Amino acid sequence: MACQGLQSGETLASLKKESDSLKKKLEEERGKLNDIELHQVAEKVEMLGALSIKTKRLLKGHGNKVLCMDWCKDKRRLVSSSQDGKVIVWDAFTLNKEHGVTLPCTWVMACAYAPSGCAVACGGLDNKCSVFPLSLDKNENLSAKKKAVAMHTNYVSGCTFTNSDMQLLTSSGDGTCALWDVESGQLLQSFHGHTADVLSLDLAPSETGNTFVSGGSDKKANVWDMRSGQNIQSFESHESDINCVKYYPSGDAFASASDDSTCRFYDLRADREVAVYQKDSVIFGASTVDFSLSGRLLFAGYNDYTINVWDVLKGTRVSVLFGHENRVSRVRVSPDGTALCSASWDNTLRIWA
Amino acid sequence: MTINTLAKGAWHREQMASFRKKVIVAMQDPDMGVKMRNQRLLITVIPHAMTGRDIIDWLIQKYNICEEEALHVGAMLVRYGYVYPLKEPRSLVLRPDESPYRFQVSQPPLHPPGSVFILPAPIYLAKKNIRKQGELMEYEKERYSVLHKRINHTWDFVVMQAREQLRASKQRRKADRIVLECQEQAYWLINRPPPGAHNVLDMGLERINNSSRVTLVSDITFLYFLFYSLLFIPFVKYSEQYLNHDPIMQGCLPSNPWISDDTAHWTMNAEVVPSPTRLRVERWSFSFMELLNDSMGRREFMTYLEKEFSAENLCFWQACEDVRHGENSRIIEKVEDIYKNFLAPGAARWVNIDSKTMDKTLHGIRHPHRFVMDDAQMHIYFLMKKDSYPRYLKSDLYKNMLAKAVVPQETKKSVFPFMRRQRHARGRASRYQLCSWFPSLMPGPKTCQSQSPESPLYLLVTIATTQGVAFSLQSYCLCESQSFSFTAARLPELGFQR
Repeated sequence: MACQGLQSGETLASLKKESDSLKKKLEEERGKLNDIELHQVAEKVEMLGALSIKTKRLLKGHGNKVLCMDWCKDKRRLVSSSQDGKVIVWDAFTLNKEHGVTLPCTWVMACAYAPSGCAVACGGLDNKCSVFPLSLDKNENLSAKKKAVAMHTNYVSGCTFTNSDMQLLTSSGDGTCALWDVESGQLLQSFHGHTADVLSLDLAPSETGNTFVSGGSDKKANVWDMRSGQNIQSFESHESDINCVKYYPSGDAFASASDDSTCRFYDLRADREVAVYQKDSVIFGASTVDFSLSGRLLFAGYNDYTINVWDVLKGTRVSVLFGHENRVSRVRVSPDGTALCSASWDNTLRIWA
Repeated sequence: MTINTLAKGAWHREQMASFRKKVIVAMQDPDMGVKMRNQRLLITVIPHAMTGRDIIDWLIQKYNICEEEALHVGAMLVRYGYVYPLKEPRSLVLRPDESPYRFQVSQPPLHPPGSVFILPAPIYLAKKNIRKQGELMEYEKERYSVLHKRINHTWDFVVMQAREQLRASKQRRKADRIVLECQEQAYWLINRPPPGAHNVLDMGLERINNSSRVTLVSDITFLYFLFYSLLFIPFVKYSEQYLNHDPIMQGCLPSNPWISDDTAHWTMNAEVVPSPTRLRVERWSFSFMELLNDSMGRREFMTYLEKEFSAENLCFWQACEDVRHGENSRIIEKVEDIYKNFLAPGAARWVNIDSKTMDKTLHGIRHPHRFVMDDAQMHIYFLMKKDSYPRYLKSDLYKNMLAKAVVPQETKKSVFPFMRRQRHARGRASRYQLCSWFPSLMPGPKTCQSQSPESPLYLLVTIATTQGVAFSLQSYCLCESQSFSFTAARLPELGFQR
């Protein structure tokens, strides 16, 4: 539901009041059903032993902050983008840089690998999201084959291909998300509802493949129906900007990372937050989250250069990963769950296993 | 250059972040905070300071963390300027020894009371220049001359201010002077970092936080209020089911390529292999989606359907997926193909859809769009899921596949993240364990003897073993120790009967 004009008799203040009272009512109804917290149920679940995760690869090559990365379906390649406009495709296993593109803009905050492995999408401060086919010919100039697909009115903060190479979903600082047809660049659907920059999005791993979640500077996480463009669910419990959202592997829940230094877990069927991952000694904002393959572990990257590993069910912290020398901008578990990749403002990427 | 250039937007927000202030306030608590006492700096005694070691110990004790983490948190506090060093003020690090530190004050302490507070940065540099008689660091000299050129018209004022401040500081006690100098130095190291140094003020892109617009909460047409605790079982179950498939938690066979540098694991699990691994074949039984997502599983399922003469269902589903996710330009042609092959009367591979859905689809085909096949696709999908899929899992085809599936040998006795060896443990949430999760729901003794389909125990077992959540209201009422209300409007698959 988009922003409507004021009707006669309504003022901004009265609308806000009504909106607040509606939200309060919703919370009351939800609160009545808060029976046992997730972790109490999980008390019956076995404790995790000590985790031993170490850096196994260090990817050096970017000359500036690495802002985003995405794995290829082949479980070893990945694409990363940085502040100086460079986008690099790596074979992370051999540390080989396979492709490099320089975009004419800075702050490439979003990049994604196509499901086929034959293309990458990236975008940022140019307000666009472009798709590059990956050619086997090393001499070919990839920039020449660039195709601008998404056009927003502000920076592009996140992008992902849907189940094929033909459709692209983007989120933007202009407060909207949009679905695009790659071939023609046509806008298929736009999603309005956030009242500030949208910072992240994730596609639901569901059978029907019709929904996605987005998080923004308005502290809200919204779930959308891709067909109709409707905002079907909304969650507002963070105290500051939501930097990242990621679905639980089953698709029934999602996690979020926020500047308020907490990560939270939301159950979609119960329509509420069910766990908060926080610790008094963690005092810097969380910028990124991802689940391990079984959904038992939550990896979260923070602005204090660390990655905290949380036990999703018990709500406790299992481990801290030190190593980066600046903010961690993105963490992603590989498609087969064998490794975790982290991108950082210290110009490097690390593979942990 | 105004005062506000220093404390604007994101940086100010970061500094004022309440959860960080909490830590600083706790540290400064006179009773429970870090011990403050006279610290010796060469021959001067600095009152009311703390040592690096004190800070670390306090963090360890207060937040129950290990030394490594305390060192990290402490280092961040210094880097971000909450605490500054009195020894070697140019180096913003936390030394876990007798080095003295102090808390930063919230404003740059530059001006004597009564003076006009403008141009703090150039004044600072001018002061330094005078004090060190021109012996500034290279980058400071550059900045000094740049500033001089830029605000040449007020330069006299700047120098005058600098002289004033230096004169005032000479009148202070040595200890105070040292403290103020260190305070200033730390402040400027953070707010005007030397070139090449880490800039903690770098907050990334500015976010246009427009809170003046109001959007009403959108139509909440689906409100899922279900008995809350039951919904947690799926997460616990899911994680347990996939535990053996999670390499970070349980390791993988023969070894994790990233750890051993051996790609055998990937070779064995490639898309097309003559003989798939046991874990992979097991996974096909977790859900229909798992089977379809694996190209090999899909092929096997197709073979099975061909035996059952219902292969057209899977072909139809695949063709619909192609429409949904394909190029815009080819939608019309693809939909026509689907009609010809699957829906037209007498079609070669006619699919069996109920008449209502068929009518709706045929009507929609006249003006084809991306989602025109959705209803029909969903119908066939659930048909396969409810009927063909469970039978496939019981079939000889699948059982044989499972029997001859490969279990790779562990390459070497490397240390796996968890030293557990229960690789083939099945889902352990038996009826008895479920029972113990819900003691409050069992009316009467907590045994699990009841076999009656009406009993709550049976009900719970049903819920845990099926994929969706469903229950009959009548049975639930038998459980008197809990009352609840719900207005469930829609449940994933199984119906909800009143």
